[in-house]
Amino acid sequence: MSVSTCPSEPLAEDAGANGLDAIDRVIVLATQAGLPLVPDPWGAVGKPLGLAGEEVRARLQRMQQSGVIRRIAAVPNHYRLGYVANGMTVWDVDDAHIDRLGREVAAIPGVSHCYRRPRHLPEWPYNLFVMLHGKSQAEVERQAEALRERLGEACRDHRILYSSRILKKTGLRLARRPGPPR
Amino acid sequence: MSVVHRHRPEPAELDDADRRIVNRLQDGLPLVERPYAAVAAELDLSEGELLYRLERLLEDGVLSRFGPMYHAERLGGGLTLAALEVPEADYERVTAAVNAFPEVAHNYRREHRLNMWFVLATETPERIGETIEAIEAATGLAVFNMPKQEEFHVRLHLPV
Repeated sequence: MSVSTCPSEPLAEDAGANGLDAIDRVIVLATQAGLPLVPDPWGAVGKPLGLAGEEVRARLQRMQQSGVIRRIAAVPNHYRLGYVANGMTVWDVDDAHIDRLGREVAAIPGVSHCYRRPRHLPEWPYNLFVMLHGKSQAEVERQAEALRERLGEACRDHRILYSSRILKKTGLRLARRPGPPR
Repeated sequence: MSVVHRHRPEPAELDDADRRIVNRLQDGLPLVERPYAAVAAELDLSEGELLYRLERLLEDGVLSRFGPMYHAERLGGGLTLAALEVPEADYERVTAAVNAFPEVAHNYRREHRLNMWFVLATETPERIGETIEAIEAATGLAVFNMPKQEEFHVRLHLPV
């Protein structure tokens, strides 16, 4: 993202505010489509970049420790795993209590993402977004009911917006293609 | 491994080993020398069988991706959630216009007056505003921009 995508741009600048240097960024670009499925994936990532597998592994480890990488993991397709009810629940929560309540709600089982976002009055009064996943809409509604109880009187209104069609799902693309390190 | 699903895919039939793999690998691969061998040993599989099954789970679309999950903002990028109120008669045209932007990472139809919801990921935070203006120009609709103000939790784990 602050990743250089133009091969003529110099890559050897100092580490930016996020602590990544040019080699880290090349590794980010080389792994954005996924990690190779071979016994030594670190070596396989490093080879075309002219890096030893050990260096790739050490840098990924550092990025994971600093939070640039959340984890190296499988991202499931909800529907293929039988989670056919995916509800974006949105809540109009008293601003005075949202920080405490947001943290409490985040701990409820079934919650995958929980964010505070801006209202757009009058069309959109909701400021807390909580993603719920279930094998049926009834299951999601039970989870939403548990949230409603937890939020109590601080919550004025809520809605469950189910996804009815995936229009696009490419994941985050940081840049279109990795360039070689220089 | 980009996937464009036009429709909602059917639930997959998984055997016991597949389920163990899906559950275990949502938690993360250890950053050790032979990571797949380490996970395979935990799951009572051979390294080769784990790799074979993982490849198949990706090909079959049970998993949409396997690899590092990057934190967009910590990489210096911009990220936001945005919504549109799209007239039904115009839905296909607007879908095509929005999806044509490479900055649109996910786009979902949802049942509400705001019936199109998409995530924008840009190389810099400043590019978010420019991209929103370009989407408004391309669609003729006002974009509701809803950037996160506070992140309380992000951890998708779907047990099977």
